[in-house]
Amino acid sequence: MKSLEELKAIRDRMQGQLGIRNESNDKTRIVVGMATCGIASGARPVLTTLSDAVLSKGLKNVSVVQTGCIGLCQYEPIVEVFEPGKEKVTYVKMTPEKALDIIDQHIIRGQIVSEYTITAIQG
Amino acid sequence: MMTELSLNILDVAGNSVRAKASLIEISVIIDRQKDTLTIQISDNGCGMDDEQLKRASDPFFTTRTVRNVGLGLPFMKQAAEGTGGSFEIDSEPGKGTIVTAVFGLSHIDRMPLGDMTETIYVLITANPDIDFIYTYKLDEACFSLDTRELRNILGDVPLNTGEVASFLKDYLQENQSYVSGSYIV
Repeated sequence: MKSLEELKAIRDRMQGQLGIRNESNDKTRIVVGMATCGIASGARPVLTTLSDAVLSKGLKNVSVVQTGCIGLCQYEPIVEVFEPGKEKVTYVKMTPEKALDIIDQHIIRGQIVSEYTITAIQG
Repeated sequence: MMTELSLNILDVAGNSVRAKASLIEISVIIDRQKDTLTIQISDNGCGMDDEQLKRASDPFFTTRTVRNVGLGLPFMKQAAEGTGGSFEIDSEPGKGTIVTAVFGLSHIDRMPLGDMTETIYVLITANPDIDFIYTYKLDEACFSLDTRELRNILGDVPLNTGEVASFLKDYLQENQSYVSGSYIV
């Protein structure tokens, strides 16, 4: 079973890595709506899928955070992507599968997945 | 409507985040003798005055400006009271808030506890500036995690990065299963 001793070893390994404490403005932020509406529509697995993918793909300058309700409850789960110097992209009615597409296509390759955006849904 | 109690917990703990808490304590205490499952979420956030407190479990009251309803606490209250349990909120402005929900453990309408590991993991990693104390107790067996203790070990290595986050998930999962044994909540 995992013990806190193991955490010490991890710390020693990670302290040697540069850049992990880099909280600068050149970071991409993926924001997941986690109010009652988001959670009830399935935001939790979306958020864990996103943060697991960011870790497993080793995306250094990306952080996944949560926010409250932005007043578009009927479109939850909502994921917003803030890239430095670019306009915010709002993805709606997310699922863990769609979340992986966003990581692969938008975050890694820089191609917005337009069919999942709020503009595509609202017309 | 939530499908598992761990989602209610995630939701109600979100209130503590919005209340600018720096420390949030979450406990799940199962007592098979008394046949109860007790969930308590307490924070050191901004708290509520008497007027807000009175209306906090009213679905048509919210402090938000983006919509007119607030269903987080009402959902939890309904889920608890529907199992012959109870629901209580204590709060003091400037001090914090304590939400306590007691469920009838074996009541047919009690929702499953669900994935507490996911809930705690999401709360800790998505709110890197807040400390959490999580306690899970099944009769006499108990597991507790305090992020302040983890931070003491980690120094300036953040909790939500790489290996630390994976460690956290496994640590939560393993300890929770160890305490639960073969019992499914």
